[in-house]
Amino acid sequence: MKTYVKFGLVMGAVVCTLAWLAVSGINESKTYYKTISELRSDASQVGKRVRVTGDVVPGSIHRDGTKVHFKIIEKGHNQLLDVTYTGKDPLPDTFRDNSQAMADGKLSAEGTFHASSIAAKCPSKYEADPNKHPADVPLNGGKPSSI
Amino acid sequence: METLGALAILVAFCLAIYSVVASVAGAVAKRPYLTVSGQRAVYGIFILLTVASGILVYALMVSDFRFAYVAARSNRAMPAVYKFAAWWGGQEGSLLLWSWLLSLYSAVVLITNRRKFRDMMPWVTAILMSTQIFFLTLNAFVEPPFQMLAVGRGITAVQDGQGLNPLLQYWTMAIHPPTLYLGYVGFIVPFAFAIASLITKQPGDAWIATTRRWSLITWGFQSMGILLGAGWAYAVLGWGGYWGWDPVENASLLPWLTATAFLHSVMMQEKKGMMKVWNMVLVSATFFLCIFGTFLTRSGIVSSVHAFAQSSLGTWFLGFLAIAITLTVILIVRRLDYLKSETQLESVLSRESSFLFNNLILLASTFAVLWGTMFPVLTEYVMGEKITVGAPFFNKVNIPIGLFLLLLTGVGPLIAWRRSSWDSLKRAFRWPAIMFVVAAAASIAMGSRSFYATICLGLCAFVTTTILMEFYKGSRAIAGKSEMNLVRAAIELTHRNTRRYGGYLVHMGIVIMFIGFSGAAFNKDTTREVTIGDRFTMGPYEFHVDKISDGDNPNYTWQRAEIGVYKNGQFLQELKPERRVYLVTEQPTSEVSIRRRLNEDVYLNFAGMSQTEENKAVIQAYIFPLVSWIWLGFGVLMMGTAVCLVPSKARILASKAEPVSEFAAEKVLAG
Repeated sequence: MKTYVKFGLVMGAVVCTLAWLAVSGINESKTYYKTISELRSDASQVGKRVRVTGDVVPGSIHRDGTKVHFKIIEKGHNQLLDVTYTGKDPLPDTFRDNSQAMADGKLSAEGTFHASSIAAKCPSKYEADPNKHPADVPLNGGKPSSI
Repeated sequence: METLGALAILVAFCLAIYSVVASVAGAVAKRPYLTVSGQRAVYGIFILLTVASGILVYALMVSDFRFAYVAARSNRAMPAVYKFAAWWGGQEGSLLLWSWLLSLYSAVVLITNRRKFRDMMPWVTAILMSTQIFFLTLNAFVEPPFQMLAVGRGITAVQDGQGLNPLLQYWTMAIHPPTLYLGYVGFIVPFAFAIASLITKQPGDAWIATTRRWSLITWGFQSMGILLGAGWAYAVLGWGGYWGWDPVENASLLPWLTATAFLHSVMMQEKKGMMKVWNMVLVSATFFLCIFGTFLTRSGIVSSVHAFAQSSLGTWFLGFLAIAITLTVILIVRRLDYLKSETQLESVLSRESSFLFNNLILLASTFAVLWGTMFPVLTEYVMGEKITVGAPFFNKVNIPIGLFLLLLTGVGPLIAWRRSSWDSLKRAFRWPAIMFVVAAAASIAMGSRSFYATICLGLCAFVTTTILMEFYKGSRAIAGKSEMNLVRAAIELTHRNTRRYGGYLVHMGIVIMFIGFSGAAFNKDTTREVTIGDRFTMGPYEFHVDKISDGDNPNYTWQRAEIGVYKNGQFLQELKPERRVYLVTEQPTSEVSIRRRLNEDVYLNFAGMSQTEENKAVIQAYIFPLVSWIWLGFGVLMMGTAVCLVPSKARILASKAEPVSEFAAEKVLAG
């Protein structure tokens, strides 16, 4: 029995260390999902780590040295958000006009969103131009697939 | 033709139901003809699904855009190999591939075990085919691959398809999904064997040997799948990372972790009769995590850069998982007496306890990764607010775990079974400990300022020393007795106990990979806007921009920079990073250019043309030290896995002669 007690103690120590690491890891990197209108309406969001999603406004992307500026828009609410990307990694290839961008970062007091990382999805082909491929809609009512 | 394909799936679906019913009825009522017919149905399903897949692939190859799937995933200008790869480029095709692989595995399992485990095989068949029913339900009714477009009924024909996602048009991406699927699907086999052995209360451990073998094979495929994905991310995504803790990556890692735990703890069951319940739990968990992984990838429940289609598949998967987990738990609980441990743990300093620690740590890692992946979903349910955790969380938890595992890799094999004394440990670990200090000191002297990287390199030296000592001890004994040189003796040694020494080779592969991981602490990068004739430097390298050009072909247009790499004024190589825009999808991709060397990779990415200054290209340059060691270590790991699968010479001899116990043979080898 003594063996099992010893063993249990060692195991307990390992598990506690890992749990402590996990909790501090969560606190360091937790990011809240917010919509643009939630960011705009709530002043307490300034300075918090936030993930915000929106469609890239066509023509708004411009590069300035290593920084990239663009605007995203929340569909249905017509709320715009200025985003400045300051991260090190190159922007994903899927990031371009009309694509759906997911930006992680913090809102500054002036209202610009400083993003440290960007993920992007291609704009859905079917939404973009429903008249382009009329034959692409399956006959039997199945939903169109998207990449 | 499309009707034939859809019909084949439907008939296969019916046959799968028949197979389950016939196998179970045959096993319960002891009617061999029923169980045999159930097994024949499995072969039938394989043929039918091969036909269905063949039709889909044919349609892809000849660009038959009447098929909705072909129109959405392929286009005429795509090279043939990617037309073929489009089979798994989308939801419906992937699910068909899943079913097809499952039918292939099932057929192979039945053929290789046709004369063994007579009482157990019907149950194995039933479990395999129950899973097949689930996936064929998806294929036949939820995501049918053979949907046709309304071409020829008053609507113009589709001239060209939409093309495969250009990011997927890369060679490792073409084979990454099927290998990963071979892993995912393969873990059903050990699960089926384990559950069948529980149902029939199999005596002895012959079935464990079979299960372990299958686990090892699928583990190999899973490792390969994960590594190909990492290699793809490194060479295609343009930021030089090979692992980003993305939900879909995590999904493939989860079953790999539990399977690794199983491969270790099953040794305890074979040698000591311990941890039987635990092993059942691990086999089952691995299988469930495979299904769960498929669910994560296919349902889009957690947003991911892989960005697969959102779909209603989720409910189906959750339903299947709920049923399967409930049944498994009930079965394990009802068979607890059969799973009783035969021996007890004797000491904290023993091989047994090192296995337990290995398992604990792997499980902790599994849990942490699962927790982090599902965090947004969990917080949304519990707190009503979606919160995500990123790479810092995963790294913070998993780097210490990885280092601790690395330590165990060195410690485990040198500790005696049952109990070890401090004295014997001191003797065994003198040299490894010295090497640890030497390597750690050397890496600090070479400029390592990262605590983890220093520890990691030290541990790599530690483990390498233990492995070399093991090989040296064994080979010297053989060389002394049979007058061979040490190298031949080492080969002979490995051949006599392939599992043990193959296992060491796998460990060696892991060590080499860890050396590669530690290189990430020394990465360098810079971003420049350059034009022809510009020069810039990074670290010891100088870059000369020789040419910036563009052009096009039927599949994509491209812009390319040609940059000479110099070191100490000496020309090394011309790197040509490229940026492509695929015509059909209008999606840009980067083709990075890498100079791969063992000490470090030079990595150039053409990020695009500058928007502020005319005719300037944005070039991102990186130095990634030691990355090549990851791929190298992976090669060693695969080699070790293959060695483990070769039957041992000792065992062949033993089974031919009188039944000499395995332990006796191993004692001789251990010297």
